[in-house]
Amino acid sequence: MAGAVLGAAAALPLAYLLIVTVDAGGEALDTLWRARTAELVLRSLALTLAVTTAAIAIAVPLAWLTVRTDLPGRRLWTVAGALPLVIPSYIGAYAFLSALGPAGLLQDLLEPLGVERLPSIVGFPGAWLTLTLFTYPFVLLPVRAALRRLDPQLEEAALGLGRSQANVFWSVVLPHLVPAIGAGALLVALYVLSDFGAVSIMRFDSFTTSIYTLYRASFDRIGAASLASLLVAVMLVILWLESRTRRPEALYRSGPGAARPPRVVPLGRWRWAALAFCAIVSALALAVPVAVLVYWSLQSFAGEVDWSGVVSAAGHSLLASGLAALVAALCAVPIAVLAVRFPGPFSAAVERLSYTGHAVPGIVVALALVFFGTRVAAGLYQTLAMLVFAFVVLFLPLAVGVTRASLLQVSPRVEEAARSLGRSPFAVLRTVTVPLISSGALAGAALVFLTAVKELPATLILAPIGFETLATEIWKATSVGFFERGAVPSLVLLAISAFPLYLLTARE
Amino acid sequence: MSSISCVDLHKSFGGVRAVDGFTLQVEAGDTVALLGPSGCGKTTTLRLIAGFERPDSGTISVGGQMLAGPGVFVTPEKRRIGVVFQDYALFPHYDVAGNVAYGLGRGGDPDRVREVLDLVGLSGEAERSVNELSGGQQQRVALARALAPAPEVVLLDEPFSNLDASLRARVRDEVREILDAQGVTSIFVTHDQEEALSVADTVAVINNGHVEQVGTPEEVYSRPATRWVAGFLGEIEILPGTARDGVVSCDLGTISGHSEMEGAVDVLIRPESLAVDTIAPPTHSAQPAVVVSRRFYGHDQMLELRLDSGRQVRARRLGFPAWHPGDRVRVWIDGPADVLARDG
Repeated sequence: MAGAVLGAAAALPLAYLLIVTVDAGGEALDTLWRARTAELVLRSLALTLAVTTAAIAIAVPLAWLTVRTDLPGRRLWTVAGALPLVIPSYIGAYAFLSALGPAGLLQDLLEPLGVERLPSIVGFPGAWLTLTLFTYPFVLLPVRAALRRLDPQLEEAALGLGRSQANVFWSVVLPHLVPAIGAGALLVALYVLSDFGAVSIMRFDSFTTSIYTLYRASFDRIGAASLASLLVAVMLVILWLESRTRRPEALYRSGPGAARPPRVVPLGRWRWAALAFCAIVSALALAVPVAVLVYWSLQSFAGEVDWSGVVSAAGHSLLASGLAALVAALCAVPIAVLAVRFPGPFSAAVERLSYTGHAVPGIVVALALVFFGTRVAAGLYQTLAMLVFAFVVLFLPLAVGVTRASLLQVSPRVEEAARSLGRSPFAVLRTVTVPLISSGALAGAALVFLTAVKELPATLILAPIGFETLATEIWKATSVGFFERGAVPSLVLLAISAFPLYLLTARE
Repeated sequence: MSSISCVDLHKSFGGVRAVDGFTLQVEAGDTVALLGPSGCGKTTTLRLIAGFERPDSGTISVGGQMLAGPGVFVTPEKRRIGVVFQDYALFPHYDVAGNVAYGLGRGGDPDRVREVLDLVGLSGEAERSVNELSGGQQQRVALARALAPAPEVVLLDEPFSNLDASLRARVRDEVREILDAQGVTSIFVTHDQEEALSVADTVAVINNGHVEQVGTPEEVYSRPATRWVAGFLGEIEILPGTARDGVVSCDLGTISGHSEMEGAVDVLIRPESLAVDTIAPPTHSAQPAVVVSRRFYGHDQMLELRLDSGRQVRARRLGFPAWHPGDRVRVWIDGPADVLARDG
């Protein structure tokens, strides 16, 4: 029951958005019925496809190398591989733009050598590069987890049947990774469609930038709402396609005895190529942005740094994101239990509803809550509660996904054993199920925190007046060209994000 | 100690009838084996008794109290039935003692935990993580956990299938002793006829979701009620015969004491009920035969014999004397034989 209520609450903003659009009727249709709209859809889809493909191409080899091979420095690459997750796309885009863009740092370096113009990364290439490098960890983390829990005996059985190592990867390992790759790719695709920071900085016209332009520049709320509804529709189609390809999952080991660690494949002469691959990915996704941030920070120390502003923004970021993480993790447990243990049309609907946040970008949830707040719940408008609610709606799917995955690994027999020992269903949930999925729920909370702390458009639109967070500080500085002023808050934001990321990777 | 009564249980999953008219009475204190091939519904039956599944129809009573029936369904936690799962389903977040204490409520009664761990021979392992234990030890933890709250009934799902063959026979005996010492009524599911025959007081042979035959191990083995039971419980020869005036005659001679039969019958004989020698004792009507092949198993040997009628039968004898293909011998019935009316 709790799960149903939570699922319905998560769907509230979407429902409200639809009401506004339908209310507008013909006017909304006029906005959509333009040639530009079709172009917008195609452009956004092309970017989504390109980024998702590239993210899988980076993440799957990286996951396999760090889990299953004797790659030198596996611990280092494990952490370095996941770290780009903490870099918000707008910081990454601003780093790349100021490093590789017109009159950027790279060109400054190369000018003495006679290089006067670099190929432009503004537009599609820049958006593609930035989004790929900062979203591939969404695929990396679930694939790593799937590789770690894959029963090594399956592979040994296949090797014993005379299959080569490469053949075993394609015929045994990869099929078991498909659910994890699918889940990660879904996150990437939806992230790209809802991203606002990177595309706006890279000046790539997408759905979100068009919505923002309509809303802010011309205060065309009907236009913004109808375009937002169309974007939601596109994302729902992607979600629907993903759910059609999802297969029944039961990934717990059924065999008794002690679980064995995964097999380690010696790389031999391939280890240098593998090292180079990891190094290039980490250099682009981590070293370049951090170096640029450090460069700008050093520049800013020459002038005056507003430390009290940075501290207060950091406190606000911690408060809002921490509350969102806590609430989302608590909501995720009943939803995951309902979805996994009581499969059926009802629980499937609840789970889908809880995924609303996936299909609704931050800017759309913010718009919907502005309408909702100004017309229906004026008391909540521009309160911290409203902001936290927006975060929970947006990022609940992350918590549900991870919690659900960890519950799939708990054999229902274990819960039945507890029932037969005289405990009520609720007592079993409390003493067996929840402890066994607690690490999953904690990982979910960490993911929600990571994502909420860097969320930009919803924070911009919904934060109470005077409630500056690190994200809004960075955006306000870089949007007016003060790259130096954005650098210190950016580094603080990265430092804050490091802790939940440590929780995510260290629990292995 | 409680009796168990299942009457006309039915349970379908999406149109597949897993349990189909299952009826069984278990006496208090008995150890009963549900024996059948995989997919025969025996595990589903166990889950119905434990309360993990709700029957579509039929009744389940334990100790005279109805647990499932029309308008009645007692949830598993109120049934006081211990369950040992095939994969043991231990709680990975508790140590050995924590697993055993789980069913004892708050506080967990350390004396009872110690007592039960003693019983299964794991008193030294109380603090260990269950993930570190061997398969045999995990199995004993599962048993100890099920026994700790002193249930009236214990259900075991394929309890020995995950153990090494060398370990299995010993663990079987130990488990049986422990169950007897606790005085519980127990039902265990198995697909291994040797396991069922050697451990249980009563064997219920299950096929297609219902009981084909219930009886002592000796009864179901040597007096199978149907050809299917006969075939499932081990090698058997089925010979056509004729019954007249209480005497059944077939290619292997005559059998008396089946006065209720008349006309065409089938004679069912286990290979070990056939005696083979060069000279038959005068008390038996022996048939001449030729040894066609011989397979040696160590303590016994299986002979394939061709009777003069052309029919081939198998005889299981002790390992010696060694017979060889081509030997001319005499064969006669020397043990129980079963006679079934031939239907159709």
